[in-house]
Amino acid sequence: MHELSIMQSALSMALDQARQNGASRVYVIRLRIGALSGVVPDALQFAFEALTPGTAAEGAELAIEHVPARFWCASCAQEFQSDDLFADCPGCHRPSGDLRAGREMEVASLEIE
Amino acid sequence: MCKDCGCGLPGENPTGVSAHHHEHEHDHPHAHEGEHTHDHDHAHAHSHTHEHEDHAHAHDSGLEERRIVEVRQAILGKNDRLAERNRGFFRARGLLTLNVLSSPGSGKTAFLRETARGLGTQLKAGIIVGDLATDNDAQRLRESGAPVVQITTGTVCHLEAEMVARAVKQLDINGLELLIIENVGNLVCPASYDLGEDLRVVLLSVTEGEDKPLKYPPMFQSADVIIISKIDLAQVCDYDREAAGRNLQKVAPKAKVFEISAKTGQGMEAWQKFLVQQHKERRESSLV
Repeated sequence: MHELSIMQSALSMALDQARQNGASRVYVIRLRIGALSGVVPDALQFAFEALTPGTAAEGAELAIEHVPARFWCASCAQEFQSDDLFADCPGCHRPSGDLRAGREMEVASLEIE
Repeated sequence: MCKDCGCGLPGENPTGVSAHHHEHEHDHPHAHEGEHTHDHDHAHAHSHTHEHEDHAHAHDSGLEERRIVEVRQAILGKNDRLAERNRGFFRARGLLTLNVLSSPGSGKTAFLRETARGLGTQLKAGIIVGDLATDNDAQRLRESGAPVVQITTGTVCHLEAEMVARAVKQLDINGLELLIIENVGNLVCPASYDLGEDLRVVLLSVTEGEDKPLKYPPMFQSADVIIISKIDLAQVCDYDREAAGRNLQKVAPKAKVFEISAKTGQGMEAWQKFLVQQHKERRESSLV
């Protein structure tokens, strides 16, 4: 459900942009999806295939760039990256709740004609 | 920047998102001494076709060329903007706003009914409640004496900022100090939707298992406050308090945790005091 409505928003943003750029066809839609965004790339792909027929993006490729979670540890004053959703600082081994990146959900770019 | 497609050239593209092979149309003069052959059998608008060593041309599908457009827009940008508008409106009205989330059946409605009832005139509450169907929860919440508006979302599994903006128009918010939004019972999707709240409150009932925060990290990670509900059932459920504490510490180290029972009233006073204090602090720092 969730991915479908998110994909619907992403697709309508992409098609708007394509129209504004005078495109007749969309070949690739690139998304950036954070590790902690709460959306599943496979489910987005499924929704994409369900939503694109009959649009300018029919047959297009959905390219999803994974953005890993990055945390800030205040006691060590350092940023660290983790693909594990529960991140202990590698310096002091304490958990950090200060998330700097990883919630992204954005339309990055399009390849159009 | 490339003038044809707007993409960055190598070395000037900060994200690397648009690193790609170009397909440019060139009209510079070429010597055509038979080094390349034309064997197209369709009409071309090109003056000529050629092959560069570093350009793969694909002129078989039409006259235009593929190009890249940078978009860089948040997919939920519209919701985020509407949520900010809500937040500004709520703060201007002196409201402390809560977005209350949990899985279905973890006791949100009973907890909120007792919260509003217990606060009484200390902090006058209004409630917006979201469900897919029925106004059963609204009826239960009205027993607290607080004004209640039900949003039925149909098949939508979460509330969005725009739904809240519409619902709040049906609520007489004059004189209210606390706006409680009870979200649709769901531990996944509502995590992504800012409603314009000051505090995000996530419930975890002792009947659900201590490892739930590890199973649904985005939701718990986004919490400002975590309510352990149905604490009166802890013993019969073999609830492992320490394990839950460890798991919450991992996922949401900064969240404030309250253990409560809506049924016995355990822990409710501390929670209500916290809300009164939050409202006061925010008002004093003019954040409310």
